[in-house]
Amino acid sequence: MLKTLLKIFKVGVVTEAYLPNKDAKLECIGDACKKIIDAKFAGSLAIRHVDAGSCNGCELEIHALNNPFYDIERFNIHFVASPRHADLLLVTGPVSRHMESALITTYAAMPNPKLVLAVGTCGACGGEFGCSYASSGKVANAIPVDGIIHGCPPTPLDLLQGILELLH
Amino acid sequence: MYMSNKEAHKQLIQLLDIKIKLSSGYSLPKIGKMPILSLSPNNWQKAASIAAKLNYRFVSMWAQDLNNIFELNIVLELHNSYLLLRALIDNNAPTIASFTPYFLAANLLERHTHDMFGINFSNHPDNRRWTRHLAWGADQFPLRKNFPVESLMTTPTPPDSNYPFTQIIGSGVCEVPVGPVHAGIIEPGHFRFQITGEDILKLEIRLGYTHKGIEKIAEGREVNSLIKLAGRVSGDSTAAHAWAACAALENAINLEIPNRALYIRAIICERERIANHLGDFASVCNDVAYTFAYYQLMRLKELWLRINAQIFGHRFMMDCIIPGGVTTDLNSENCQALHKQISDFKLELDELIVIFEAHFGLHNRIKTTGILTAEQAASLGVLGYVGRASGHKFDLRHDVAYPPYDKFKIHVPVFNTGDVLARLRVRFQEILVALDLIDQLLNTLPSGAIHTPWVAPNKVVEGIGLIEGWRGEIITFVRLGDDNLVERYFPRDPSWFSWQALEQLIQNNIVPEFPVCNKSINGSYSGVDL
Repeated sequence: MLKTLLKIFKVGVVTEAYLPNKDAKLECIGDACKKIIDAKFAGSLAIRHVDAGSCNGCELEIHALNNPFYDIERFNIHFVASPRHADLLLVTGPVSRHMESALITTYAAMPNPKLVLAVGTCGACGGEFGCSYASSGKVANAIPVDGIIHGCPPTPLDLLQGILELLH
Repeated sequence: MYMSNKEAHKQLIQLLDIKIKLSSGYSLPKIGKMPILSLSPNNWQKAASIAAKLNYRFVSMWAQDLNNIFELNIVLELHNSYLLLRALIDNNAPTIASFTPYFLAANLLERHTHDMFGINFSNHPDNRRWTRHLAWGADQFPLRKNFPVESLMTTPTPPDSNYPFTQIIGSGVCEVPVGPVHAGIIEPGHFRFQITGEDILKLEIRLGYTHKGIEKIAEGREVNSLIKLAGRVSGDSTAAHAWAACAALENAINLEIPNRALYIRAIICERERIANHLGDFASVCNDVAYTFAYYQLMRLKELWLRINAQIFGHRFMMDCIIPGGVTTDLNSENCQALHKQISDFKLELDELIVIFEAHFGLHNRIKTTGILTAEQAASLGVLGYVGRASGHKFDLRHDVAYPPYDKFKIHVPVFNTGDVLARLRVRFQEILVALDLIDQLLNTLPSGAIHTPWVAPNKVVEGIGLIEGWRGEIITFVRLGDDNLVERYFPRDPSWFSWQALEQLIQNNIVPEFPVCNKSINGSYSGVDL
């Protein structure tokens, strides 16, 4: 236990604080998100993620949002296990035809008001996979989409920026 | 044990009673260095039976529609020597013997090949569809040349609600469906549990939810476009899959890659290995509530990815490996930064492993959890860290070393307990090996070009690429037509075998252990769904 505590103290807090020459961009975007979330979402934005057919690259960057550097929970953004608890649906990937129904059902299970963000080049326009017998292409082909975050995959900062732009 | 191709497969050929033209020995046609044994479909079952008795390992399977005839391909391996079996099947009544009764590893690949081509594998123990849900009908086969790539469906595809999962009937037995949408941030798949109380009697996995028609949409692409697609088969293995596809193309036209490019490819691949192992170790610990490890390792992974972005231009080094070489060079400043990060990480990991290994709570959850025995691993043909945690040492970089790994001595860690703890320890050791390896690659980095131009063959060529991705052996087949466009692309991710292993190792565990067992395997969903 002692070694654990010593390591924790040695590493310290790496969450990027607002310093002029540190990650000001992250902090600005995050703070802006927090203000809107406080005003419009009673201080908490609940996100449900669904992979509609991605290659898993976007998921890695969404995971990174919860690492100690980005730590989005301090901006009052958190991920939830059920669409019934969610304000925002984050959808990655082109929509594989085998996931179409599950995606539609998940969207339908979200109570109003609800928002949808299509993540990544695939979510935005079908990416390398486009429309075919197996893929119905961009997320907007399956459910209504309120915003798009471009990238292959979008970085954690891109994701946060995308959420902010949607909330504006 | 080194054995030349001739020696390794001589016994199989003799037992199959095949007449091969002898001059000073037998000589088979090859793809690269891999000999091709063409068999009549009548001999297919005999080949399976003999190969199983001789202890071959099942490596991959794919089919091709060669206009008026189907060609079935199986790759086997024995004593580090590969062999390609080929049979031509009448496409009007495409039936051939199944390899599954002899090689469990063939199970899902044969069902996939049936769904995509309509080839019937007689005496396959499981006739249910695998990849096909309801996006196309039972009498349709997407990889046949006469099936259009555009969709036939206009309405939302219905959910596959009536799939016949095997059930266990009995007093107190419950059936629990999980997925495709999961609680966390993860790919979609379905896990059907049969349980009594918390004890798992049986787990059946169903995938196919991220099927995007990769094999079909690969057709007609020119080579650069193919590699872009290959890099998106499984995003966390973008570098390894891109390299495997490039290796297949380069193998097909015998293109020699400049040494500097090969070294940089290896540095990229090893960096990908380390990033994923850090994330996996973190996530396995998180799944048993050991959040200290989760946050420390995710912190390290973030630092790792940032250096990737700084030096290679992309956090996951996507699109850095291209036909003929790589896109980014390394200057001395880059090399210094890479060296520095490695020495920083070694210090961090040295500190952390002492803490992890001393943590009773962590060990209490993962020691003896999810045991995959050596026999199970062998019969399922599992590879990579899953195999190495259960006593199977095979690692391409060591056993079938391809450039630049043939210039280095690769240490391959092996554990025999086969539990979640072993799968963590293997990954940790592999991180240390990879850190040392990158140092060595940087120290001996040859000068020269980082790319050589692609040379269009202007005729039909076939190639096979074999790369040790972070999950294990990737084997990729490519065929180009005489118009230099892709006619066939089949990447075999090692996850084809590890998913089956998960179904086995979860038995005798309780439901709450499922997430950590699943994470300890971390099979790729999209890498298998294609």
